[in-house]
Amino acid sequence: MENSLDPAPCLLEARGISKSFGAVRALQEVDFTLRPGEIHALLGENGAGKSTLIKVITGVFPRDAGVVRLGGEEVAPRSAKAALQAGIATVYQEVNLLPNLSVAQNLFLDRQPMRFGIVREGEMRRRAKALLTEFGLDIDVAAPLGNYSVAVQHVTAIARAVDLSARVLILDEPTASLDRHEVEILFGIMRQLAKRGIGIVFVSHFLDQVYEISDCITVLRNGRLVGERETASLPRLELIRMMLGRELAETTSARAAVGEHKVREICASFENYGKAGYVAPFNLELRRGEVVGLAGLLGSGRTETARLVFGAERADGGQARVEGASVRLQSPRDGVRHGFGYCPEERKTDGIVAELTVRENIVLALQAKRGLHRPLSRREQDEIARRYVKMLDIRPPDAERPVGLLSGGNQQKVLLARWLATSPRLLVLDEPTRGIDVGAHAEIIRLIRELCDDGLALLVISSELDEIVTYSDRVVVLRDRAHVEELSGEAIDVTNILAAIAADGAAMQEARA
Amino acid sequence: MKGLPPVLITALVLVAGFALCALQFPNIASTRVVGNLLTDNAFLGIVATGMTFVIISGGIDLSVGSVIGFTTVFVALAIERWGVPPLVAFVAIIVLSAAFGAAMGAIIHVFDLPPFIVTLAGMFLARGASFLLSTESVPITAPVYSTVSDFALRMPGGGRLTTIAIIMLAIVIGGVLLLRLTRFGANVYALGGGRATASLMGVAVGKMTVKVYMLSSVLAGLAGIVFSFYTSAGYSLSAVGVELDSIAAVVIGGTLLTGGQGSVIGTFLGVLIQGMIQTYINFDGTLSSWWTKIATGVLLFAFIALQQGLVALARRPVAKRAGAVS
Repeated sequence: MENSLDPAPCLLEARGISKSFGAVRALQEVDFTLRPGEIHALLGENGAGKSTLIKVITGVFPRDAGVVRLGGEEVAPRSAKAALQAGIATVYQEVNLLPNLSVAQNLFLDRQPMRFGIVREGEMRRRAKALLTEFGLDIDVAAPLGNYSVAVQHVTAIARAVDLSARVLILDEPTASLDRHEVEILFGIMRQLAKRGIGIVFVSHFLDQVYEISDCITVLRNGRLVGERETASLPRLELIRMMLGRELAETTSARAAVGEHKVREICASFENYGKAGYVAPFNLELRRGEVVGLAGLLGSGRTETARLVFGAERADGGQARVEGASVRLQSPRDGVRHGFGYCPEERKTDGIVAELTVRENIVLALQAKRGLHRPLSRREQDEIARRYVKMLDIRPPDAERPVGLLSGGNQQKVLLARWLATSPRLLVLDEPTRGIDVGAHAEIIRLIRELCDDGLALLVISSELDEIVTYSDRVVVLRDRAHVEELSGEAIDVTNILAAIAADGAAMQEARA
Repeated sequence: MKGLPPVLITALVLVAGFALCALQFPNIASTRVVGNLLTDNAFLGIVATGMTFVIISGGIDLSVGSVIGFTTVFVALAIERWGVPPLVAFVAIIVLSAAFGAAMGAIIHVFDLPPFIVTLAGMFLARGASFLLSTESVPITAPVYSTVSDFALRMPGGGRLTTIAIIMLAIVIGGVLLLRLTRFGANVYALGGGRATASLMGVAVGKMTVKVYMLSSVLAGLAGIVFSFYTSAGYSLSAVGVELDSIAAVVIGGTLLTGGQGSVIGTFLGVLIQGMIQTYINFDGTLSSWWTKIATGVLLFAFIALQQGLVALARRPVAKRAGAVS
C-alpha cells in the first residue's frame, strides 16, 4: 500500500452514510473505506460518530442514507448476527461472550462438532486448543471463560470471529482494559490477521497505539468525515487538530470581550488533589465569576478531574478548601452540601430522568438538598419551575412535559436549572454542548457567560476547543491523566492549547523521524 | 460451569446428614428406607429435573405444581369417567402439557415478559382448570395401576425399587445427559449466561425458550402421572407448593438462581436431602412434619449464602494472564 488514498481494491466501502436520532444528526454523509490487509484507525472524540458508524455498518442501527459494500457487493445487514454471517465481525470493549461457558463452548457455540446428536467434547476442545494456539494462547479450554483475564477473553472473541470466516474485523477500544504486555500480544495478532488479508478497523483513543499499529487513519468530528490520511505521513499535531479544532484562523478572535482582569475572590481551591491511577495530583483555584475550561483528549483526565472536584470520586491525597475553609469531599452529597453542582456528560443515563416532567427534574436536586422531611410544596415547585423555564428559555415552555420529549439542548437547560435551583457557588459542566444542534450551542455558551457574570464559579469540560477559547478565563490542559499546562488571558487560543496537548507527541514524532 | 464445587458441598451435606440420621436411627441405613425415599420423592425428582433446565436458562417455572394437580385430575377422570385407555390418557396429557409449556415459553419470548409473571399466570390457569374438571378426589381403580404398584425391583437388603422410582432415576439420568452432552444443553447454559449475548453468538433464543418451558411442562405432566400412581387418585388440590419444593431442590443442588450455572445431579441430591429430612422426622415420630419445611428453609439460606460467596470469588479473575504466552 504505497498510498492509502489510491483506489486500491476495496474490502469494505461505506458511502454517504447518514443517521439521525430525532433532531440530532449523528452522522452526515460519512465515507469510509477499508482495504484488504489494512489496519485502519477510526478516530474522533466522544460523540464524533465512531460508534454510530460502526453500528450502522454492522446493522445494529438502520441507516437513513448511504450504501455499504463488502467486496464490491452491497450489503444491508439487519442485525449484528446478520453482519457476522456476511463476514463483518465486531469485538467490543465489553466482550460479548458468555463467561459462564467454557472457552471451547464459547468458540464453538451453536456449531459444536457433533456425532449422533451428542457434542464431541474432546474434538471440540482439541479444535479450540488448536485455534487458540494460532493466536499464541495456550490455556485450558475446558475452564470457564470468566476465569480468564479480559485480554484472553478479547483474543477468544477475535479467534471466534476469525474462525467464523470474518473478512472485516472491527475492534472497538480493544486495548482500554489491557496492560502493556497484553496490548503487544493483541497487536501481534492484529498484524498476523492483516497479513492474511483481513481488514481491521481499530477504534481507540490511545494515539500512541494508533501510530504504532495502524496503516491509515480516518477522523470523524461532530458526525462528519474530517479526512482519511496515511498514518506515516500524518504528524501528531495535525491529527489532533483534525480531531479537535476547526481551521485555526476562524477561532482566535472570538473572545475579545472576555477577560477584564480584576482580582476575584477564590471560591474553592484544591492543592495537590488527586487519586492514584485516576488523576495525578493537581492544583486548581476556582474563583467567583470565572470560567475555567478543561481541555484535553478523551481519556486525558478531564471528566476524572470534574468527578474529584464534585466528590463523585474520593481523592486519596491533597487538600480541598471552600471559601478558605478546609473541607472533605467524600461523596456527591458532600459536593452538594458545599454548594457544588455537576452536570455529567452522559445526560441521558447520569443526568435527566426522562419519564419525569420538567418541573420534577428541576426540583430534584433542591429537594435532595433539603431532605425528605422538608418537602417542597407544589406551589413552590411550580414557582421554581416557572422561573427557570423563563430564565433559561426552555422550549416548549411547559413545565409538565416529560423531559424525555425535549430536544437535547433543552434537556441540557433543564439539567442546568436543576443545579441553579440549589443556588450553587460552583457548577461543573461536562461537555455541556455535546449532542446539541448548532443554534442551541450558542445559547448554552451565552448562558455560561451570563451565569459567570452573576458571580458563579464554573468549571467546564469541552472537546470543542473553539468553545473553550470563547468562554474561558483560564484553561487547564490535561494529558495522560495529569494537568500539564494552565493558560490564561491572552495566551488562551486554539494553537497554544493544541501545542500543549500534543507536546510529548510532537517530541515523539521528531524522535521517530 | 458444571457447578462442581457447589455440587460437592451438596453431596457432603447429604452424606453427613445421612450419617447423623443413621447414628441416631441405625435402621435408616437400609435399602428399604432408601427405596421408599426414592418412591416418595419420585414426582419431585422428575419435576425438579425440568426446573433445573429452566433455572439454568435464567428463568423460573411456577406452574409445575398446578400442572401436576391438573394431570392427576385429568388422568383420573379420563380413565374412570370417560373410559379412555390409560396409555391414551397419558399420551394426551403429555401432549397437552407440552402445548401449555410451549405457549408459556412463546409468550415469555415474544412479549419479552418476566418468566415469573407468565408462569404465575400459568399456575393459576392450570390450578383453576383442574378445579373446573373436578373438585373432589377421584380414585383410580384401573388394573394397570395395581400392576404398576405391585411391580418393583428387589434390592439386596429387602428394599424395593418401584416403577415410579425407576422412572424418576431414568429421567434424572436422561436430564444429566441432555444437559451435559448435547447442543441443547450448551444452549441452555448460554441462555442463562446472557440472552442478548447468546443471540449475538447465533443461539436461536426464541426457539430455545419455547423448548425449555416445554421440557419443564412435559416433565411436570409426567410427574403428575407418577403422582397419580403414587396416590392412585386424582385430586385438584394435590401437589400444591411443589413448584417451591422443586425450586428449593434446584438451589440446594448448587444451581445459580440467576442462571448460567448448575447441574441435574445437584438437583437430584437436593431432592434426596429433602427426602432424608422427611424420613428423619418420620423416624423420630415426635416432630411435626413442618420441621421438614423449617430444615429446608435453613438449608436454602445456607446454600444461597454459599453461592453468593462463590460468585463473589469468581468475579475476581483468578487466572489473570494465565497462558498469555507468545
